[in-house]
Amino acid sequence: MTRPIQPEIPSHTLPAATLDPQTRAKREEKIQVAMIALCGCWGCTLSFLDMDENLLRLLDKINITRSSLTDVKRIPHRCAIGFIEGGVANDENIETLEHFRENCDILISVGACAVWGGVPAMRNMVPLGECLKEAYLDAPTAETDAPPRIPHHPDIPKITTHVYPCHEVVKMDYFIPGCPPDAASIFKVLDDLVNGREVDLPTSLIRYD
Amino acid sequence: MTQGIEVNETMTTNIHPILERYHADKTRLIDMLWDIQRQAGYIPDAAVTALAEGLNMSANDVRETLTFYHFFHDKPAGRHTLYLADTVIARMQGYDEVRATLERETGTTFGSVDPSATFGLYDTNCIGLSDQEPAMMVDEVVFTRLTPEKVRTIINRLKQGATPSEIANPDQFDTRRLEYVQAQVADNIRICGPVFFQQDRPHAQILEKTLDLLPEQVVEQVTLSRIRGRGGAGFPTGLKWRLGREAPGREKVVICNADEGEPGTFKDRVLLTRSPRDVLLGMTVAAHAIGARTGILYLRAEYWYLKDYLEQQITDLRAERLLGRSILGREFDFDIRIQMGAGAYVCGDETALIESCEGKRGTPRVKPPYPIQQGYLGMPTCINNVETFAAVTAIMEQGADWFSSLGTPESSGTRLLSVSGDCAAPGIYEIEWGVSLNEVLDTVGARNTRAVQISGPSGECVSAAADGERRLCYSDLSCNGSFMIFDHSRDLLRVVEHFMRFFVDESCGICVPCRAGGVDLHHKIRLIIAGRATRQDLDDIVNWGNLMRGTSRCGLGTTAPKPLLTTLEKFPQIYREKLARPQGPLLPSFDLENATREYEHACQALAQEKSK
Amino acid sequence: MNIRITLDGKEIETTAGTLLVDVAADNGVYIPTLCYQRGKPCLGTCRACSVRVNGNVMASCTVPVAEGMTVEVDAADLNDMRKALVELLFAEGNHNCPSCEKSGRCELQAVGYEVGMLVSRFPYRFPPRTREHVAKYIWLERDRCIFCQRCVEFVRDHETGRKIFTIDDRGTHASIEIDVALADRMPPEQVREAAELCPVGCIIAKGVGYDKPIGQRKFEVKSIRERTLERSRK
Repeated sequence: MTRPIQPEIPSHTLPAATLDPQTRAKREEKIQVAMIALCGCWGCTLSFLDMDENLLRLLDKINITRSSLTDVKRIPHRCAIGFIEGGVANDENIETLEHFRENCDILISVGACAVWGGVPAMRNMVPLGECLKEAYLDAPTAETDAPPRIPHHPDIPKITTHVYPCHEVVKMDYFIPGCPPDAASIFKVLDDLVNGREVDLPTSLIRYD
Repeated sequence: MTQGIEVNETMTTNIHPILERYHADKTRLIDMLWDIQRQAGYIPDAAVTALAEGLNMSANDVRETLTFYHFFHDKPAGRHTLYLADTVIARMQGYDEVRATLERETGTTFGSVDPSATFGLYDTNCIGLSDQEPAMMVDEVVFTRLTPEKVRTIINRLKQGATPSEIANPDQFDTRRLEYVQAQVADNIRICGPVFFQQDRPHAQILEKTLDLLPEQVVEQVTLSRIRGRGGAGFPTGLKWRLGREAPGREKVVICNADEGEPGTFKDRVLLTRSPRDVLLGMTVAAHAIGARTGILYLRAEYWYLKDYLEQQITDLRAERLLGRSILGREFDFDIRIQMGAGAYVCGDETALIESCEGKRGTPRVKPPYPIQQGYLGMPTCINNVETFAAVTAIMEQGADWFSSLGTPESSGTRLLSVSGDCAAPGIYEIEWGVSLNEVLDTVGARNTRAVQISGPSGECVSAAADGERRLCYSDLSCNGSFMIFDHSRDLLRVVEHFMRFFVDESCGICVPCRAGGVDLHHKIRLIIAGRATRQDLDDIVNWGNLMRGTSRCGLGTTAPKPLLTTLEKFPQIYREKLARPQGPLLPSFDLENATREYEHACQALAQEKSK
Repeated sequence: MNIRITLDGKEIETTAGTLLVDVAADNGVYIPTLCYQRGKPCLGTCRACSVRVNGNVMASCTVPVAEGMTVEVDAADLNDMRKALVELLFAEGNHNCPSCEKSGRCELQAVGYEVGMLVSRFPYRFPPRTREHVAKYIWLERDRCIFCQRCVEFVRDHETGRKIFTIDDRGTHASIEIDVALADRMPPEQVREAAELCPVGCIIAKGVGYDKPIGQRKFEVKSIRERTLERSRK
């Protein structure tokens, strides 16, 4: 798979202020939650943030290790719950999803793209070669004076043959449909899990658009 | 087959005789489509439009029927149209070499027509010749026991201008004669009697005797014989006839289901070849019993080579006053027409068959009403299998007691088995209900048997080791006649895969579970063969299979999961051996290589294209 | 004739011969349907109304009730079966709700909510299906067709009685077709009806698009369950 030429410095290994031991210990006791986006539009991530003050109610119990607030590429330690936005559309997505599966006890598909591929999966009906041709060679915005080229570099993730729903790549435990799902749906699932209840999304919270 | 008629606007004028022939009756649409195709080699758009106009239908409405059937072509299909039967039995007997030779010799690939438009090459499912495969249809004749050598000869002669009939029937027997049929196809009757294939049956006497009885008495006789429908479902024939008798309606219909589509069965082919009068007389007996005047013999298009011969039998019976007006001088009119099918396994379902007789897509109807209440054109319709009608003739000759003394108490009489696969002598065996699986295997000379597929893909796969003492009868091993034997050298998973693909091919698509579910089950067996399945996939197979069994609209959908379900039950180890051991977080079913390969390929291809 | 049947353990009185799906609705039991519409002949294609009648699974739109019938609708295995049938449809076609004009008034979507579908358990197939937009007032988004046959059976040319919508081919190759000449002479009222009749966003009336804001769409105002049960009370 993609191996960058330049040595990579993962952002979570960058120097950071050390926490005082008490805070650290308290944080580590909590339920660790992470969220990351694969091929999506970050709308689901916004819905996650849309939990707003509801999230505060849970903060006694959870610690959000990785989200769009921290933007680390990998989760530094094992998590209880991982939320995945977006489907699998390139090899970097595969690696990330594998990493999350290995490091999360429970993995949840959030939103249409993670659940079934969503809007990016509209390319699944067209062979990849044609997609690339249309996007990079025949596009109305292609540069006319430079030779047209398809991005191809070890640092750039390779696009997969199709866009895959997450659960066709690794095992997923729960699904929250919607494009994006309401914050209330995400909260309901998180709240159920945190409080040890069986996850149950009521009909009123199920949406596909 | 093609007389090279002009295919353009003139087609409009050529449609008129065809419309007239069938009095512009749209329920005869399938016959009209056949007439056009036999003239023009295919059914051109212009013909569809003209036909639609003449029948007050939209052109697409005509296309609904046209595109439903496998043997109708809306594009040129070659001067000669070849269909090689792709069956599990053929694949055990040199199919691959025959297929490759056909492609090489005709200069085209399956699913297309060669550049000179001489040969159209197509796959087809079982054509009822599992006792002499590989086999193929060329236009309206068949060639059996194919070898690469034989294929080369046939194709060469066709290229030189010989007709298929000249090659298959070198003595040029009239198509109406038995010799014509037998020049193409061996009967392979290995064991017969006491019920079927009896020589010199006195048909006129039997009919006299029957007509002397009141209809109710005939129903009574059939009921007393305890004969059950030979199509597979085993519905008591006497009860069906009684319901037909009692069904209100001035006009009633008797239909003989000769759409013998279950892979591996060919007994009806042999009955129609060797005992057509037994079958036609059985229909007449039914007509008397229920009070019908109209009879239809629905003949699958794969048996086109039997059509003229059977028409002649009907003509002869009319001449002898055993059919037609005032049968045997009595106030009893009953006549039979042959309805050709056009390639659809689902038409073996009786309501789909009726739809097809009415010129429509072979889509099974919603039941109730049942055909016996409202069938063909809304009339009470009694549909029985070819073998049932033939047996009825024997019952009327020799008596209900004689028949019911054969077999077992709940499965009276005998049954014709179409035996194929790994045995010394494939062919037709008449057995008494109640014999054990081992006895049959012994009789047919099967050695080293691993499994037997009873009743075709829609039946069950049994283990010779575990089920040898089971009895063939309705209460134990029910059998519709198909009996395919696999020895220990055969890969059963491949057999299952083939059967599952068969059901995907043949699903009419009217209901969701069969149309969509079949594809997913086929996907599962391919996953298993590829070594990418897990325990979860086995659980899915059972659950999804039960979904199809429970919710499908007709027998095709409810039986389609059976190849998987029955082998999973009888031979779980062949599945377990193939399960993947998951390594790492990626699911074994996720094909990483395939997912990441295409990008490189596409980039390379586009770079090359650009540099040109 | 008045008869008694048992519906989910409750004895109820009803009229012999009435379709089970309607009897259930009349007694406050919602059974999802995608092809069946009250008052129209039964099509029996979607099977989403499957229930257990005297121990056998049957599509309740095909079953006329008879004395003494025992019917189960609400059982774990049956709920899952109906859900699975809906999931099959979502995996079989391309049902991209976020980009569909019918979203919010789509019966397939509404039934998906009722059966509690979150994801399809079947592999998503992404079949390539071409759309048909030659007709003047209607286009077909074949991605969304579920082959319910409503349009095939119930939409006819007013003048000739000919079929306007038809199905080509069979099984997985089946495809919904439109007779352009006949479609082009459909009066606006009939075009609206056809688009309305389609339980998904396959038959689309041109020039309409997204006509209601999110939150005010048909099944958001009132769910398909409420509508079904309410219709029966009238």
